[in-house]
Amino acid sequence: MRGVRRAFPGVLALDGVDFTLRAGEVHALMGENGAGKSTLVKVLTGVYPRDAGEVRLNGELIHPASPQDAQALGISTVYQEVNLIPGLSVAENIMLGRLPRRWGRIDWRAVNRRAEVAMDRLGLHLDVTQPVGSCSIAIQQMTAIARALDVQARALILDEPTSSLDAQEAQNLFAVIRKLRDEGLGIVFITHFLGQVYDIADRITVLRNGKLVGEYETASLPRLELVARMMGRDPDEVAALESARPADAARAEQRTPFLSVRGLGRRGSIRPFDLDVAQGEVVGLAGLLGSGRTEAARLLFGADRAETGAVTAGDRAGVPGSCRQAIAWGLGFCPEDRKAEGIVPNLSVRENIALALQARRGVLRRLSRKQQTEIADRYIRELNIVTPDAETPIRSLSGGNQQKALLARWLAADPRLLILDEPTRGIDVGAKFEVAKAIEELRAAGMAILFISSELEEVVRSCGRVAVLRDREKIGELSGPEVSAQGIMATIAGAAH
Amino acid sequence: MRRPKLPPTLVWPLAALALVLLYDALTIPGFFHIEMRDGHLYGSLVDILNRGAPVLLLALGMTLVLSTGGVDLSVGAVMAITGATAAGLIARPEGFALAGLDLHGSAPAIVAVSLVAGLAAGLFNGALVAFAEVQPIVATLILMVAGRGVAQLLTAGQIITFEHPGFQFLGSGFVAGLPFPVTVAVAVFLVTAALSRGTALGLFVEAVGDNPTASRFAGVNARMVKLLVYGFCGLCAGIAGLIGTADIKAADANNAGLYMELDAILAAAIGGTSLSGGRFYLSGTLVGALLLQTLTTTILTKGVPPVLTLVVKAAVVVAVCLFQSPKFRAVAGRRFRRDAA
Repeated sequence: MRGVRRAFPGVLALDGVDFTLRAGEVHALMGENGAGKSTLVKVLTGVYPRDAGEVRLNGELIHPASPQDAQALGISTVYQEVNLIPGLSVAENIMLGRLPRRWGRIDWRAVNRRAEVAMDRLGLHLDVTQPVGSCSIAIQQMTAIARALDVQARALILDEPTSSLDAQEAQNLFAVIRKLRDEGLGIVFITHFLGQVYDIADRITVLRNGKLVGEYETASLPRLELVARMMGRDPDEVAALESARPADAARAEQRTPFLSVRGLGRRGSIRPFDLDVAQGEVVGLAGLLGSGRTEAARLLFGADRAETGAVTAGDRAGVPGSCRQAIAWGLGFCPEDRKAEGIVPNLSVRENIALALQARRGVLRRLSRKQQTEIADRYIRELNIVTPDAETPIRSLSGGNQQKALLARWLAADPRLLILDEPTRGIDVGAKFEVAKAIEELRAAGMAILFISSELEEVVRSCGRVAVLRDREKIGELSGPEVSAQGIMATIAGAAH
Repeated sequence: MRRPKLPPTLVWPLAALALVLLYDALTIPGFFHIEMRDGHLYGSLVDILNRGAPVLLLALGMTLVLSTGGVDLSVGAVMAITGATAAGLIARPEGFALAGLDLHGSAPAIVAVSLVAGLAAGLFNGALVAFAEVQPIVATLILMVAGRGVAQLLTAGQIITFEHPGFQFLGSGFVAGLPFPVTVAVAVFLVTAALSRGTALGLFVEAVGDNPTASRFAGVNARMVKLLVYGFCGLCAGIAGLIGTADIKAADANNAGLYMELDAILAAAIGGTSLSGGRFYLSGTLVGALLLQTLTTTILTKGVPPVLTLVVKAAVVVAVCLFQSPKFRAVAGRRFRRDAA
């Protein structure tokens, strides 16, 4: 693929990206969420047309118009969400759309035989007549691959194939991938898991913000450099970056933790982790997008139910079973997806700000209209929320002002620990500064804060301690002078720090 | 203090209502004539209020349910259940399911027991939606169908007729010159307003309907909110069922409240409450219910052939609903301006 370009309204999703897949290699496509990996795959497989650039297969220019088209050309894709029909058998799922016929009727014996052959190729021997829905996720994944391979595939694209597999299942999948590679297939492998890339990939292409960062031999790209490339930094520049740290780190040592997490975990979400946050302390959660930061926060806040471990918050202890319970314990959570999980779009700024406090008070102890207006006006003033008035529907505010209103929602509810998940995403510099200032003021006033951000400078600036996550696992904690952009990246890359 | 403006959602239904009334005033002699007889008010307008009361009662509960992003299809069947309960308790026919319960014809006791049945039906819907997380349209479809069966079981399949002056007052009595159903509907309207706007329930209902995930993260107890709202809707349907039964002095398990759920949804939708949840407008619902009944009365008075009545009604409703849509108003506005230019 040469100079591929694809724009969506308002976004240039792919900007002049080159990508080369050789036969008989495993090629990892790396980048943070939104880097353009999925778009590249969708252009390659004909889901989206390309605006510019060319795609060649064995030297011939191709224009796949649909995934079926691409498949006929030999480019098969297994998507992240397994696209199978749970009620049909393994064999039917593999052969669907090309069921062999005999005298106008489906030849079931041939269906099952050919499905068995396809699964054999992947090293699996099982009853192909059982419904797919009753199989494990790993088998479903294999079924999807077998389906993709049954046609004469020359290139196989695997989009996050290991995200719902455990370590052993992933290794089995890798064995299959290696086998297919040795048979001469070109395989594109997309994943968030750095370790797996080094396990399996021969070469790596890194994308960032729709642009090509570079193409590398896996052996010649150290992990630290890969992380730096994905985050859009020059590794040399990072090394030169000063690592001065704010002064409150030493004080943090003496505080008694307000929040204490032990072994909290959930399968497929995040491995059991420990974490402490004290009153008047800002603790950061750092890691690449998809490393489990949000998942950790959701377990803490009871949005997902933890399967193991326990949380102590002040004098309460247990596993938070619901958001309401977590709030009763004194927690607050500004979610990452402002639009889907934060704002109530058609309600006014006033109602949005009052919502959490009102929920805490219950149905009967209603805040009067006057009280609500007072609270809303106060935060509109203090956080400098730009809105015509408190009665404006929150959906008509800009992203930064919506974010500040959500912050106000939690400040009004007065939690003792506030989890902020990407509070500065997609907002302008001025609003970022105001959010950072508000965080510092809250910390000084004694609130415990868990701060999640992809922007390392922000984490370094705001946090006295940083827990680092990778591949849905907490892999380290930095405090005091160790808290630096380089320190965080080195931890993610798995280098000694 | 700024005076709150008339919400835009109220403008179009009010305009439609005014238009229909104007048409009536011009074409039906004496439509606006109201006279006092034996201390009771009579006239077409009073009749509209009286006949519109049951729909308004259903629509008030329905408005809150719709606002949570749900719907309650069972209100018509719940009317049949409460009607059957009340009629059975009065007439005590052979094979009545609650024969063991003798209230000695006490009207308040009969009303209370019947309303408990309505409330229970509503809470059953609420439990299915909130706790079993069944889709509201499916959950309430269960009772829409099964409710009529329950009503038939109660009455052993008979149409029960009765005479009970005290109970009949519900359907045909007068208070301060106005028919009693009107008084009840006004009272329930005020109670609903107080319940939803005087407590935080209204805010929670709108928040849950507008963005369930965000509401959960803000700590709103969506389950309790839904249970309450469906329970209230069942209670409203119960009251409407008693009025209907008292009016005709009979309980007909098959036909009481038939298709009334659709009128109730329509009244709320005309009033500006979105079927996808979010903001609700009780005053809009009030206007919507009045508009529906005024239309029906007009059509009946004008002697439009019965085969046409539903079509005429549908045309007006479609027009109002179109004007309630901001998108349609934007498109129509552009077209209008272009033509004018």
